[in-house]
Amino acid sequence: MTPAEIHSRLKEKFPSAVGEWQEPKAGDPCILLEPQELHEVCLFLKSEPGLEFDYLKLITGVDRGDKLSSVYHLYSYKHQHALVLRADVERAEPKLPSVADIWPAADWLERECFDMLGIVYQGHPDLRRILLPLDWEGYPLRKDYKQPQSYHGIKNE
Amino acid sequence: MNSTLEQPESLRTEELLVNMGPQHPSTHGVLRLLIQTDGELVRQAWPHIGFLHRCFEKIAESVTYRQVVPYTDRLDYLASMNNALAYCLAVEKLAGFEVPERASYLRIIAAELNRIASHLVFFGCYGLDMGAFTPFLYGFRERELILSILEKLSGGRLLYHYPRIGGVARDIDPQIAAEIQNFIKEMRRVWPEYNRLLSENAIFIKRTANVGVITKEAAVAYGLTGPCLRGSGVAYDLRRAHPYSLYERFDFEIPIGQGLKGTLGDCWDRYWVRLLEMLESLKIIEQALAGLPEGQITAKVPPVIKLPEGEVYVGCENPRGELGFYIISDGKPQALRIKVRAPSFSNLSITNAIVRDVLVADVVAIIGSIDIVLGEIDR
Repeated sequence: MTPAEIHSRLKEKFPSAVGEWQEPKAGDPCILLEPQELHEVCLFLKSEPGLEFDYLKLITGVDRGDKLSSVYHLYSYKHQHALVLRADVERAEPKLPSVADIWPAADWLERECFDMLGIVYQGHPDLRRILLPLDWEGYPLRKDYKQPQSYHGIKNE
Repeated sequence: MNSTLEQPESLRTEELLVNMGPQHPSTHGVLRLLIQTDGELVRQAWPHIGFLHRCFEKIAESVTYRQVVPYTDRLDYLASMNNALAYCLAVEKLAGFEVPERASYLRIIAAELNRIASHLVFFGCYGLDMGAFTPFLYGFRERELILSILEKLSGGRLLYHYPRIGGVARDIDPQIAAEIQNFIKEMRRVWPEYNRLLSENAIFIKRTANVGVITKEAAVAYGLTGPCLRGSGVAYDLRRAHPYSLYERFDFEIPIGQGLKGTLGDCWDRYWVRLLEMLESLKIIEQALAGLPEGQITAKVPPVIKLPEGEVYVGCENPRGELGFYIISDGKPQALRIKVRAPSFSNLSITNAIVRDVLVADVVAIIGSIDIVLGEIDR
């Protein structure tokens, strides 16, 4: 199925959670989702016959100024179709439901987004930093991140 | 109280937490595994990563699209050609550049040579992990031939900066082509030796067959790709499923695990898939050399590359699995965000699920068979 067909199917099932279809001027299309209903939509995408997205490629955190977004790249081995989902959360309270119980691959991917952008995935089994030290302060991939002057007495000069 | 042989009841029997790495020869870089052991059995193992974190994604937001290319070489440093290829394809897709056919062929030749070189490192190091020293010397002997070819082609031995946005850096000359032909011949001659030396070795089979079994379902659920996925019996290869860079023109097989020496999806299956893939890569290189079209080696690319507003994801079949670049552009000369889908990262995430109740020595076999490169896990 093409992303547009998948979108109309999703829109039918979740009219309030799924944003309008936007044809991209360049590159890949992306479907906007309401963060509250992300988990239900993902469960549907994983289990619904005809969609069956069994492979979660990637979760990306993006800093878009006043909002942070979490982008999901999905793929179905059976139907060989792909989909990109995006959920935007407020910068002040970046909370999203975790999808680690749907795709175990999300475990580490969500931890990385938490580590780099401070997006909190609620319901994640073990949400802690993954690449940076556990006592690191701040979220480096946010656009307003300032490098610390020193870390444990190691000067940044 | 002293515990002695006469007093076995005073032996300590609680579970122990043991660190394997980050300075351990069989962790292939700076991976630290925290292992909970019960005697010789492993109950859990938590990988701790990030020791090689070099802020690739942060740097990529502050340099131009062209300047990112050499940084990609340093992600999976055993497959630099493949990394740069994936990145260039992503930029080209969003920008709409038409890459000349000759450049695509040269990229394929370089990428497949690099794939063989990467699998040769795996072959050598995996033997070393399992206590066989000689395969390492064999693997590195042939790898040296590839490195010298790639050096003549690009100027670098490990970090090539050869694929560029729009094409490749240099054209091939008849001498290099002849050298590649010689290499193909030599590789086909020595490949059976590898099997006599390691693949069919009774000790090696005992160490790897039926060890670290990954089922098809688990492999898909954890997002495993590449030989780890195909070793579990899923015939999925991006070069075939979603061909890029003219791969659809080439004839090659996709080797999958069959449980020949033990169970489907065990360490030996993953090992064997990589060995068979080397032969398939040779086929592709041979076809690409024979059909190399004439023409330009690079497209017309403006001096300052500005991508249109939008986003793009391109995945390529790297030696370790699906390497993807997700680029979001807001129309400036720098990207808003560049995210790397690193195959080793997802492949390693399955560790804790498959090391339950195996022997400590088998952890080495399992980690080795996943074939990780910390450079792309930590980025």
